[in-house]
Amino acid sequence: MNKKSALWSISALVYAFLYVPLVIVVVYSFNDSRLNAEWVGFTLNWYRVLFNDEQMIGAAVNSLTIAVVSALAATALGTMAGIAIHRYKPKLLPFMVITPVAMPEILLGVSLLLFFIQVMNLTLGMLSIIIAHITFCIGFVAIVVRARLAGMDESIFEAARDLGATPWQTFKLVTFPLIMPGVIAGTLMSFTLSIDDFVITFFTVGVGVTTLPLQIYSMIKIAVTPEVNAVSTLLMLLTLTTIIVASKFAPDVLRGVAK
Amino acid sequence: MALLEIRNVTRRFGDLVAVDNVSFNIEAGEFFTLLGPSGCGKTTLLRMIAGFDLPDGGQILLDGKDLSGTPPEKRPIHTVFQSYALFPHMTVTGNVSFPLKMAGKTPDEIAVKVKEVLDLVHLSDKGGSFPHELSGGQKQRVALARGLVNRPRLLMLDEPLGALDAKLREEMQIELISLQRDVGITFVFVTHSQAEALALSHRIAVMNVGRIEQMDEPSKIYSFPVNRFVADFIGRINMLQAEVLEAVPDHLRIRIPGMGEVRAPAKIGAVRGQRGVLALRPEQVRIATKIDNVAGENRFPGKVHDFLYVGDITTYIVDLNNGARVEALLPNSAPGRAKFFETGDSVEVAWRQDAGLFLNE
Amino acid sequence: MSNFLTSARVTKWLVRGPPFLYLMLFFLLPSIIMVVASFRFPGDYGGLAPLFGAEPGKETGLTLETYQFFFSDFIYTQIFIKSFGVAMASTLVCLLMAYPLALLIARSPKKHRDFMVLLVILPFASNFLIRVYAWMIILGPQSAFSLAVNHLLGWFGIASVPLLFSPFAVLVGMVYVHLPFMVLPLYTNLEKHDPVLLDAAQDLGANAWNRFWKVTWPLSLPGVYSGSALVFIPVLGMFAIPDILGGTGDILIGNLIKDQFLGTRDWPFGSTLSIMLTIAVLMLAGITAVISRQGVRQ
Repeated sequence: MNKKSALWSISALVYAFLYVPLVIVVVYSFNDSRLNAEWVGFTLNWYRVLFNDEQMIGAAVNSLTIAVVSALAATALGTMAGIAIHRYKPKLLPFMVITPVAMPEILLGVSLLLFFIQVMNLTLGMLSIIIAHITFCIGFVAIVVRARLAGMDESIFEAARDLGATPWQTFKLVTFPLIMPGVIAGTLMSFTLSIDDFVITFFTVGVGVTTLPLQIYSMIKIAVTPEVNAVSTLLMLLTLTTIIVASKFAPDVLRGVAK
Repeated sequence: MALLEIRNVTRRFGDLVAVDNVSFNIEAGEFFTLLGPSGCGKTTLLRMIAGFDLPDGGQILLDGKDLSGTPPEKRPIHTVFQSYALFPHMTVTGNVSFPLKMAGKTPDEIAVKVKEVLDLVHLSDKGGSFPHELSGGQKQRVALARGLVNRPRLLMLDEPLGALDAKLREEMQIELISLQRDVGITFVFVTHSQAEALALSHRIAVMNVGRIEQMDEPSKIYSFPVNRFVADFIGRINMLQAEVLEAVPDHLRIRIPGMGEVRAPAKIGAVRGQRGVLALRPEQVRIATKIDNVAGENRFPGKVHDFLYVGDITTYIVDLNNGARVEALLPNSAPGRAKFFETGDSVEVAWRQDAGLFLNE
Repeated sequence: MSNFLTSARVTKWLVRGPPFLYLMLFFLLPSIIMVVASFRFPGDYGGLAPLFGAEPGKETGLTLETYQFFFSDFIYTQIFIKSFGVAMASTLVCLLMAYPLALLIARSPKKHRDFMVLLVILPFASNFLIRVYAWMIILGPQSAFSLAVNHLLGWFGIASVPLLFSPFAVLVGMVYVHLPFMVLPLYTNLEKHDPVLLDAAQDLGANAWNRFWKVTWPLSLPGVYSGSALVFIPVLGMFAIPDILGGTGDILIGNLIKDQFLGTRDWPFGSTLSIMLTIAVLMLAGITAVISRQGVRQ
């Protein structure tokens, strides 16, 4: 067996390793059995249960609301941060932008919990979650926008001003159209990250509010039924679509994230 | 009144003085070149004129008005950037109409002017193309068109021909000259290529470490460089170490070590014992197997050490019998002969006593 | 002062200001509070005791008590060590699995590469909990996989092993969730390798193994370090995976921290643990940065 086919077989195994578990989740969401053990028959029952589960629907609505608000705010702040880092090369800002992303999530979750209770005396709920989500999403948007700017010919912006454009016109007509793909990719990524977030939400959620991941978590811990599979499948579909669209806008997003 | 006045302009970056108390004027309608090696301050000066940098001292005046309070977008000065800086997300038409849009012109006016200028640079059919679809030379011309379209008072060109290959460069040089003449706009050209400066300019300012060494017409700079730097930077030149023996109103008597006494053109302010160089252009040095003894010439024997054949001319590097090395230029105009001399040939070189310049150390 | 300069400065603060202020308030400040909290006393009903002005008999102010408490019982240090061990093991397994894949993608024709990378990223798109839950199914005692494995062990005369709620399950979960983070930096690095180098090596007499070990591997080290950091650091702080897939004895630092904040409500101790985790992470990040810079210089 030569080197190339050895590589291929190991890679195939790794790809299988990545996908088989997810396929099993999806498949069993249609399984006519309470147990996730063996295949009994096809059914849409669990989806029906899902759509009648008020708590789950409430959690989904919360998740979507939080995700939309957080993504929009993080996009605005993150774009500003990305531009600022690229143009002014500040010392502190890059650190503050990247660290929430690089550090284990639990640290951000815990410190925000302390902050909200001790300092702000804030009742935990939707607002605290949104604030937390924005904090770690800013980093992603900033990285993507900055990467996009770094790949462009600097003199374009000077040329615009040289030819009569005010700083605002330069931004509107030259800078923004050119970073737009990165901004969109960043927004979509923030949306995905927010919908999926578990750890930070776990600490900043308080009582009376729940999000989709938290709901899934309690179902996993307390009573596992294939309803979890159903909601998982739908959630996967949503984030899959979002990521595919995002990757079309900025293929280099993936590499920027890896850095 | 001069179009642009640079008065005692200085710019420092920390300890480095990039532009050192520079003053000069640029007249309307001329093709003016800032020439110098990298780091001489020409680009810094250009950026200050365009408004992207502010002088630490001195003033820049356009039509008599101080520009220091005016941001770049309000100055009637445009720049053609070294990288062309075309907006990648706009077509050629979009790029060229940009300054007109910024100036608030109506769409009709814009269409007319854009067509006019695209015709001028021979790109009439490329209006709908995007920058990435164009060749280097075409991008260049779009950048030019964009800078000219709304008739600025001054167009600055920052090493615009640097990225083009040799043949294209020459073609563009000729186009630039006729363009400037037709349009009548004052060009300020920045380059490190002395050949380009000589070919294109009405006047050249030779810069070195933040100062202007000499400012004059090309022929004057070439024939009468004021110091060693300018002489060495422009064209090829022979520099023979010499000492003044006697200075009289109509000539100098100088001694060149290893060659003896030689007559040179007069120089104001030269004194006996002063050290310097005799600067001679290779085309001022005759070379032949044997040269007749002619009055008014300095003549020396030597051997050909090497030569540089470039097709139309050959520069011969001759070792003189008393140690000095001299370059002599010979056009290869005789039909059927590639060159006249081979390495090792014994030859004689001569130059007129009123040729060359004595320059200080 | 010309209006040109002031408008530039205004723009600068307009652009830098909002994100800076936001992160100052919601990232920097909370972090500082956490540092201070690690030096404070626990409150009566959980949370923190007030810093100043207290009733007699109650402790207030700052103290090193919580740090002393950490070192007083070896079990806490043990959990830290175990977490490091799990992180190390996860990183190694991820490396072994990711490297061949990254190599394959990097060597594939250009038009396939983006798609193959996308295939690696897509599972990452699914919710983190779903990915963990999937392994609950696979490793559950009733699953086909479990039965097969135990059947196999039975041939060797080994008793049935519960795969779920074990350190093994935690490891599998950690690897599964973090694998893409190892693949991407490796791929980004390997893609840049000039194939000419391998030709040159072969020309000079190197066989396949040597070509890999002496050319490809050293050049890929920056990617290896990036990827390792991207796996090691998050794994260190994870609590959900041990919580769902692990048994009662498998708790790691993350679980400990979570319990302090949401269970026993001993916030100072929780803060102390968080600070120690932060220090560990910062040291690791620092070491990674130093090593990769040295590697580049080679």
